[in-house]
Amino acid sequence: MIVFLIKRLSNAALVMLAVALMAFMIFRFAGDPVELMVNEQTTQEQRQELRERLGIDQPVLMQFARFVGNAVQGDFGISYRNQESVMSLIAERFPATFELVILATILSLVVGVPLGVITAIYRGRWFSEAVQFASIIGVSLPSFVIGILLILGFSVSLGWLPAFGRGEVVQFGWWSTGLLTHSGRMALILPTVALSLYQITLVMRLVRAEMLETLRSDFVKFARARGVPAWRIHYRHALRNCLMPVVTMTAMNIGALIAFALVTETVFQWPGMGLLFIQAITFVDIPVMAAYLVIVSFIFVTLNTLVDITYALIDPRLRDATT
Amino acid sequence: MPDPVLEVRDLRVQFPGRHGTVTALDGVSLHLNAGEILGVVGESGAGKSMTGLAVQGLLEPPGHIAGGEVWLNGRRIDQLSNRQMEKIRGREIGAIFQDPLTSLNPLFSVGSQLEETIRLHLDMTRAEARARAIDLLRQVGIPGPKERIDHYPHQFSGGMRQRVVIALALAGEPKLIIADEPTTALDVSIQAQIIALLRRLCDDLGTSVMLVTHDLGVIAEAADRIAVMYAGRMVEIGPVREVLRQPTHPYTRGLMDSIPALGRRVAHLTQIDGSMPRLDAIPDGCAFNPRCAHVGPRCRRARPALMPTGAGQNACWLTHGGVA
Ligand SMILES: Nc1ncnc2c1ncn2[C@@H]1O[C@H](COP(=O)(O)OP(=O)(O)OP(=O)(O)O)[C@@H](O)[C@H]1O
Ligand code: SF4
Ligand SMILES: [Mg+2]
Repeated sequence: MIVFLIKRLSNAALVMLAVALMAFMIFRFAGDPVELMVNEQTTQEQRQELRERLGIDQPVLMQFARFVGNAVQGDFGISYRNQESVMSLIAERFPATFELVILATILSLVVGVPLGVITAIYRGRWFSEAVQFASIIGVSLPSFVIGILLILGFSVSLGWLPAFGRGEVVQFGWWSTGLLTHSGRMALILPTVALSLYQITLVMRLVRAEMLETLRSDFVKFARARGVPAWRIHYRHALRNCLMPVVTMTAMNIGALIAFALVTETVFQWPGMGLLFIQAITFVDIPVMAAYLVIVSFIFVTLNTLVDITYALIDPRLRDATT
Repeated sequence: MPDPVLEVRDLRVQFPGRHGTVTALDGVSLHLNAGEILGVVGESGAGKSMTGLAVQGLLEPPGHIAGGEVWLNGRRIDQLSNRQMEKIRGREIGAIFQDPLTSLNPLFSVGSQLEETIRLHLDMTRAEARARAIDLLRQVGIPGPKERIDHYPHQFSGGMRQRVVIALALAGEPKLIIADEPTTALDVSIQAQIIALLRRLCDDLGTSVMLVTHDLGVIAEAADRIAVMYAGRMVEIGPVREVLRQPTHPYTRGLMDSIPALGRRVAHLTQIDGSMPRLDAIPDGCAFNPRCAHVGPRCRRARPALMPTGAGQNACWLTHGGVA
């Protein structure tokens, strides 16, 4: 297990280094940032001073080493747009995205897993077919369309839920949460639903496919022959065997959701990292873009690594193979 | 004579489908006495597994019992609901499947699967069930059962896993075990051990075993009686010695001739010309008539029932008034 952990972690570190290199390249190819930040009145000395502050007067390798060294400490430089620390900009936006993504993930599991199990166990019944059909619609609608439809329905027509923003948030140090106020919770509902609909169908389809496959397996037949009651076979023996792919997909998809959240955040004007990134693109704000890339990759890689470790914990066969 | 543990009378199993109904079993009758091993043989597709599944109430829908009766320990069970059959499976009928590698749930320790089965069927506390599980592992010849109980299926070899499967079959103290090719997936060297184990358990515990196999050597060694199936029908049934020495049905004779020496498998019956008919194209009269060297007009006209001959029964006109 220890060897396995070390192997997995060094893999992860390597991947992050590659990502850092790519983020760093963006700087190199995006032209002279100083020209973007200054105006005609800036003197040569001021420009030089800014160059030194940004560290772009040094050799490339040194610059990269500094970039990595700083990134490890959470320092991604300063924003070209408003000269604020990039990290504090992101830290300010991160909780909004995080809250949205985690809630969407929980919702997709809470709804998707039971739907998958039920449509597998009762395949061929009318309600399974109906859910299946609805899920096809769910996958084929683009998420911004879903967002707009939700806004039209629940905000514009019914007026039940807010159409944009986070509502009131409560601050804990640098962390902010909308979960503790009424308006915060109301504001979370629509974006969460919009973001999770696609995930729900994915989870449901995966669980259904895995369940159908598992229910055909010999050990399920043998469990029936041992007299294990149907519900116990479904929820203990079969479902547990389906959990691994679900865990994998869920964890991987948290990364994807953070990326997807970009669209949802734009539709709902949700003040998260995605919206920050969109704004950064408009202003060619390279450090913010680079930081977003590195941080989202970091989340991806971390989840990936956690998935592998969880795998080893759930499946005794892997546990042994890796010691 | 005491009541048989299992009695199957004129069992018919059908699969309704788009292209009409397939009759997979047609008029299968057999019985098992207490402590007896009944070997069931026949070509692939003859309906051996189907018979076992029908008895356990494990037919895959739309397959169902369309006729006949199944009696277990003096109680009729072919019309019970699935809920009621759940109480019988494991408790009154144990099962052993062909492939020990896939019969066990890979995510649960063998102990947890044993304890689950025990507690489902016997009124025991967790600790008592665990003690019984260890005891069962010892009975089926697994060394170091106290440590092994917490191991997972993948930590056992194929032969050891089949012993675990046998322990699971015994867990609910059933009086009948249906073993469907329990040694086919195992190394030849281990097959004999497993069969010997079954024979011993059968003698010690008084359990009856319906042993489906392709291996006539296994039957000769372990079984008390033998049942020969062909195209979903029972063609001959009788004491092992008699049937092996003097088969009365032409199909059984073909089976014997197809193996130069006992102990070989009967997967390929090259000695009998032709092949078993598809279930939707079974000829009128005797199902074996296109391949039979003794066929006569009566064989094409009327279907022979399973009738007594000597110490057993067969379904052939030859021994029952002639084929003319
Ligand atoms: N779902 C089904 N629908 C229709 N026919 C089926 C179905 N399942 C099985 N059968 C048929 O039932 C027959 C009996 O099959 P069974 O598995 O009992 O054979 P077997 O004697 O056990 O053969 P083997 O030695 O290969 O295990 C086969 O001819 C098979 O084609
Ligand atoms: S009944 Fe006729 S065809 Fe059938 S096995 Fe006997 S002799 Fe052959
Ligand atoms: Mg079979």
